Amino acid sequence: MSDMPEKKDWTKPAAMAIPKGGFLKKEEGRYGQIYPKSPACYGFTIIARIKPGSEDVIRQYGKTIEETIAGLPDALAVLKLHYLRWVLFDIKGDVYFMYQGIFDTDFDKYTEDAVALFSKYGLTTVFENLEGFPADWKTNTPAFVKFVREHQRPSFLEYGEYPYVSAEEIKKALKLKDAFSKMLDQMQ
Amino acid sequence: MLELEDIQYIILTRAPALVGRYEFLTFRNPEGGKAWLAGISERVQSVEKARASLDKDNRWVSVGLTWNGLRALGIDEESLATFPEEFKQGMVARSEILGDTGKNHPDNWRDDMANPNLHGIVIFFARDAGERDRAKLEHQKLVAQCKGVEIISGLDLDATPPLEYSHDHFGYRDRLSEPAIEGSGVKPAQASSDIPLKAGEFILGYPDEAGPPSNLPQPDVLIRNGSYAAYRRLQEHVGAFREFLCQNGSTPEEQELIAAKLMGRWRSGAPLVLAPEKDDPELGGDPQRTNNFNYKEIDPHGYAAPLGSHIRRMNPRDTAANMNRHRMVRRGGTYGPYLPSDAPEDGVERGIAAFVICASLVRQFEFAQNVWVNDRNFHELGNERDPIIGNQDGTLEFKIPNRPIRKKITGLPAFTTLRGGAYFFLPGLNALRYLASLRQ
Repeated sequence: MSDMPEKKDWTKPAAMAIPKGGFLKKEEGRYGQIYPKSPACYGFTIIARIKPGSEDVIRQYGKTIEETIAGLPDALAVLKLHYLRWVLFDIKGDVYFMYQGIFDTDFDKYTEDAVALFSKYGLTTVFENLEGFPADWKTNTPAFVKFVREHQRPSFLEYGEYPYVSAEEIKKALKLKDAFSKMLDQMQ
Repeated sequence: MLELEDIQYIILTRAPALVGRYEFLTFRNPEGGKAWLAGISERVQSVEKARASLDKDNRWVSVGLTWNGLRALGIDEESLATFPEEFKQGMVARSEILGDTGKNHPDNWRDDMANPNLHGIVIFFARDAGERDRAKLEHQKLVAQCKGVEIISGLDLDATPPLEYSHDHFGYRDRLSEPAIEGSGVKPAQASSDIPLKAGEFILGYPDEAGPPSNLPQPDVLIRNGSYAAYRRLQEHVGAFREFLCQNGSTPEEQELIAAKLMGRWRSGAPLVLAPEKDDPELGGDPQRTNNFNYKEIDPHGYAAPLGSHIRRMNPRDTAANMNRHRMVRRGGTYGPYLPSDAPEDGVERGIAAFVICASLVRQFEFAQNVWVNDRNFHELGNERDPIIGNQDGTLEFKIPNRPIRKKITGLPAFTTLRGGAYFFLPGLNALRYLASLRQ
């Protein structure tokens, strides 16, 4: 549930410092406390150690997603995303995975939708190669949500050049620009 | 096939009742609770039994238990722990998630409905007030025989006139939408848009839309053929609603259109998507046609049914993902006296007292409340909530798309206020007998 007031000035870049723990105020969501919407919209940064030897499988997953999206451009539409970033990095010889997303639905709904989506497309998610990930994630959404929450590393600062604007609004603006261009073409 | 002889009738059947009575109970000791359950469960009809004599019966009985109620009956802690978190916490603790804040907060509920010692409910539906009175009397006798069982409060339900069809106090035709369920023995009323859903979406122990049953509470004998019900007692502010229509429509036709825009259907039940310009009561009353529509192709911008209208939020059809995981069965009725159309607001409480029945409260009922009803940014609307049942405090708006420019109503008043609610488990008939005979 988004409780953000409507009037946010997208022309005025904004930054938001976020207290330790990731929450601005105590507000309960369906699966736990709600992470706030910042000038950079909703988002997460999930960091977890990968199972030893699974680095190549995870890298291959990049190709799978690329092909899935090429074939089904709307495959992830339900997640209301702006951007996703998948990163692998080392700490003292262990490989860690970082999954960073910026999106417009709240954390609980994103995770719930992601479970349904990954099950629907038969994607053996990269998460299965992470340590501690619940084996029954496809049928146990609360366990999936719990894992994601436990591995979420909240930002302490977020910034938006055009704050609080949703991907849908951006697409609408671009469509409008496109429509105006076409209209001007017709006037020639 | 579903075990229709074990599933409580209310989950799959609508009784042809005009009146009803809900009684909310507390069990001060397990023995009393079990004695009550033994007495009442004999009268609870299964789907099979109710269907066999629907035309002859005059009274229908259902029973629900809260998580605290299961504990009060003596279910062991190990089993209690296996129930889903939201059911364990109960509706009062989930108020913020549900948008039950401000005037809707449990602190403001009536009839002691937020009492943590609310353990059970008996739901009577009857053909007439005489039969209801008999049911009440018999129930009082049963309660008097069960030491430690007390009635916390009760609520009478009465259909509002005209009685020819079911509708709420605002005049909107009701009971239009019923999800089709595989194996329920009911043929879907409408055509293509309603593919039957797996029974596990509504009844525990069966495959659901994601696959075989998983992570069910234990033991199996308690859970099998059970379901959950979210109870909501919503006061309808009929005077405020009528005044709003007058303020926003200068003729009766304009007022009807405003009422239709809030709901997404004319008060006759006819959906705006199929009847955008003019009411079509015949369409409204035709179960074959009144739900046979979608939004994405016919009305993507909400020129017919506004994007924020009640029915677009409660069932976004083809404009939301995973709709098959968020459907709900609705049962209930209206309470309080009818307010004639020319009468001023009399301050008497009237409204709807309904049950939302589903297999997962967090995934179905709470999702609808949280993501559809009370999200201000549903469909990118910004600053709107459901105009009928959303949490309204007079600061939000309602936008009616129109060419060349939309109409924006600001400062939308609250037409409803939540006056009570609870989460109940509706056990199967075998489970009721199991509970009644629990050993300490």
